Amino acid sequence: MSLEEAPGSLESDVTSMRFEDTELTLGLPGEGRSPAVIAGVKCSAKRGFVETVDLKLGSCSRAPSGGGDTHVNEAGAGKPPPAKAQVIGWPPVRSSRKKAINESCKYVKVAVDGAPYLRKVNLGVYSNYHDLMKDLENLFTCCIIREYQLISLSLICIHLNRKADREESKVMDAVKGMEYVPTYEDKDGDWMLVGDVPWKMFIESCKRIRLMKSSEAAVLAPKASLKCSGTC
Amino acid sequence: MESSEVNMSRDSSELDESARGSSSPDLALERVLSLLKSHRDRSSVSLVCKDWYNAERWSRTHVFIGNCYSVSPEIVARRFPKIRSVTLKGKPRFSDFNLVPQNWGADIHPWLVVFAAKYPFLEELRLKRMTISDESLEFLAVSFPNFKALSLLSCDGFSTDGLAIIATHCKNLTELDIQENGIDDKGGSWLSCFPESFTSLEALNFANLTSDINFDALERLVGRCKSMRVLKVNRSISLEQLQRLLVNALQLAELGTGSFSQELTFRQYEELESTLSSSKNIHTLSGLWEAKGLHLPALYPVCTHLTFLSLSYAPLQSGELAKLLAHCPQLRRLWVLDTVEDEGLEAVGSSCPLLEELRVFPADPFDEDIIHGVTEAGFVAVSYGCPRLHYVLYFCRQMTNAAVATIVQNCPDFTHFRLCIMDPGQPDYLTNEPMDEAFGAVVKTCTKLQRLSVSGLLTDLTFEYIGRYAKNLETLSVAFAGSSDWGMQCVLTGCPKLRKLEIRDCPFGNAALLSGLDKYESMRSLWMSACHVTMDGCRQLAREMPRLNVEVMKEDGSDDSEADKVYVYRSIAGPRRDAPPFVLTL
Repeated sequence: MSLEEAPGSLESDVTSMRFEDTELTLGLPGEGRSPAVIAGVKCSAKRGFVETVDLKLGSCSRAPSGGGDTHVNEAGAGKPPPAKAQVIGWPPVRSSRKKAINESCKYVKVAVDGAPYLRKVNLGVYSNYHDLMKDLENLFTCCIIREYQLISLSLICIHLNRKADREESKVMDAVKGMEYVPTYEDKDGDWMLVGDVPWKMFIESCKRIRLMKSSEAAVLAPKASLKCSGTC
Repeated sequence: MESSEVNMSRDSSELDESARGSSSPDLALERVLSLLKSHRDRSSVSLVCKDWYNAERWSRTHVFIGNCYSVSPEIVARRFPKIRSVTLKGKPRFSDFNLVPQNWGADIHPWLVVFAAKYPFLEELRLKRMTISDESLEFLAVSFPNFKALSLLSCDGFSTDGLAIIATHCKNLTELDIQENGIDDKGGSWLSCFPESFTSLEALNFANLTSDINFDALERLVGRCKSMRVLKVNRSISLEQLQRLLVNALQLAELGTGSFSQELTFRQYEELESTLSSSKNIHTLSGLWEAKGLHLPALYPVCTHLTFLSLSYAPLQSGELAKLLAHCPQLRRLWVLDTVEDEGLEAVGSSCPLLEELRVFPADPFDEDIIHGVTEAGFVAVSYGCPRLHYVLYFCRQMTNAAVATIVQNCPDFTHFRLCIMDPGQPDYLTNEPMDEAFGAVVKTCTKLQRLSVSGLLTDLTFEYIGRYAKNLETLSVAFAGSSDWGMQCVLTGCPKLRKLEIRDCPFGNAALLSGLDKYESMRSLWMSACHVTMDGCRQLAREMPRLNVEVMKEDGSDDSEADKVYVYRSIAGPRRDAPPFVLTL
């Protein structure tokens, strides 16, 4: 049964997102990748850091640096941007409600190379990688992608399902001949291979998912094979 | 619950039990007065004359105390000898948003000690924002043999061990309602503590507890409590388990499901659908965690009679909501997440003409990356379709003055208007003007307005409007708003029925604080935090108004002259005797 999710917005930046997001940089963990994500509170480890912003002045003491430069060390701690700082107790939502919603609502964008638009999935409804991959496969059958690409997605699913404790190696198997590699951007802004970490850790840190063409995954593959060498 | 305060202005020390007359007119009057339920009516009655005061106090069985520090348990017990039901509220409301430090107070225990002595036949205890320990729960369980109903909302200090003790000892329990508390959830074994002989439970709500409970124990409990009308389970209960519970509880009127996203076989789905069709009495539905569009059709038979639907834990998309609401023509109250977006709210407008209350919660209040949620368009759409709307809580990221004006024109009967534009100090996004005219429209048009929460970029003009027009306003919440003392002064001199005023991060200072001298004794409380009030200003207030408790919460490292958090309230119990070191009573 396919999910009846409303189609995601028609994003024409599927290709434009490619370069910046996969670009290797030397940024320290905790920094945002793109200038647009100035909500450093999201990426940084100090999400809980609070600072009441003096809104009249329209800025806070730690204004982020210029747009294009994404690797500057922003004085380490959470960098609340002007007027969008995470203020304590604001918005006024009870913590029990926030916690409950956080647990059930973890929407992330999913992009598939070659698909005309992105989708969104709620990671909170899945309990393992297999279910997620199965749904992703269903989601993208409605896109115009070639048949053998579909097959490769299914093979990834089957591989992930077979041996739960050796997910790393089977994703590598899947990678070798296949068209698509499931990757995700984590909290630190790095692009990782799906399946490396335990499921719970994955949903905590996953910000968006990209099913990458394996030709582009050559960037990731050497790293992955290094990690794999111990377990394969 | 909009009940008035217990009118404690008389010196109740002159009235002890021996003063009670035994002449028949008093008894007859008592009989008549015992039919009065409303606290406001009872307060009015008690002011008529001494005889009526006496008759009223002897016939009252339920006492409502809106601020636990406004009165002492001894005073309550002295005045009302026959109480069987107590409702108590403790901490200031902003404690829900972490603005009140831990260990502030509002401990129920001193109350329980007095109640155990004076009201041994106490049956009901309903607490909001109080601290209650496991020891207190134990004390409660053993001190009151007739105890029937325990309701804890937004409380803290206890764990599931305390619930286990309640389950074990309260043989006559009819209601256990545990909502949104800071509870230490150590596991679900508490539920198994209800004895097999126990059958009196009518209402059970443990929806916000997280641990797994023993399903067999729950199934047996529900099966033998034939009078159960309210059952709200937690997320650990699956769809299949839900069906098994419902099959033995077709009399349920309020249902809170567990997780709504299990992979069901066709037969399981059919069974669920069939059981829900037989649940003809359900008028309130909640829970629905992780509900996927897939399973929602099973609810359609229940939807026909639904008057209250809470989807505030179900991140539905607009299409899913629209399909569901098409089956809910009788809906009066609806709670949703902003994942439904404006399109979802359009469906609300078109499917639910009888709607009276709408709450839209933010699914991800801090995420600026994924810009979605609802806008002014959704709110406007609802107002066109639901003219009876009178209660709204709306979290959004943009709003315009024009939209609000349209909304109140469509729905002039608002009693509760709580608008939260999530970015502090944000103007009308189309005109870039302050949102003054929006709230001006609200107070001018909605003459029945009792509760107002404002947000967005606001100047003193908003407060001028409020002071001038909001003649029935009782509760006002203000954050990141205003330009000067004048704003707060307008409110304090203008709103005759004001009872609760809570302000944070506004440029109101001592002049504003002191302009309310004549007002505070007729109010329940005032909260001001991160404003421009100083210790001197507070001291002056305390000096001029000895019957108010003026409390300042000091934060570490702050300037000695600043009054970071100020809490002012009327009290006949004098200053708190249990104040922690960071609370200074001036």
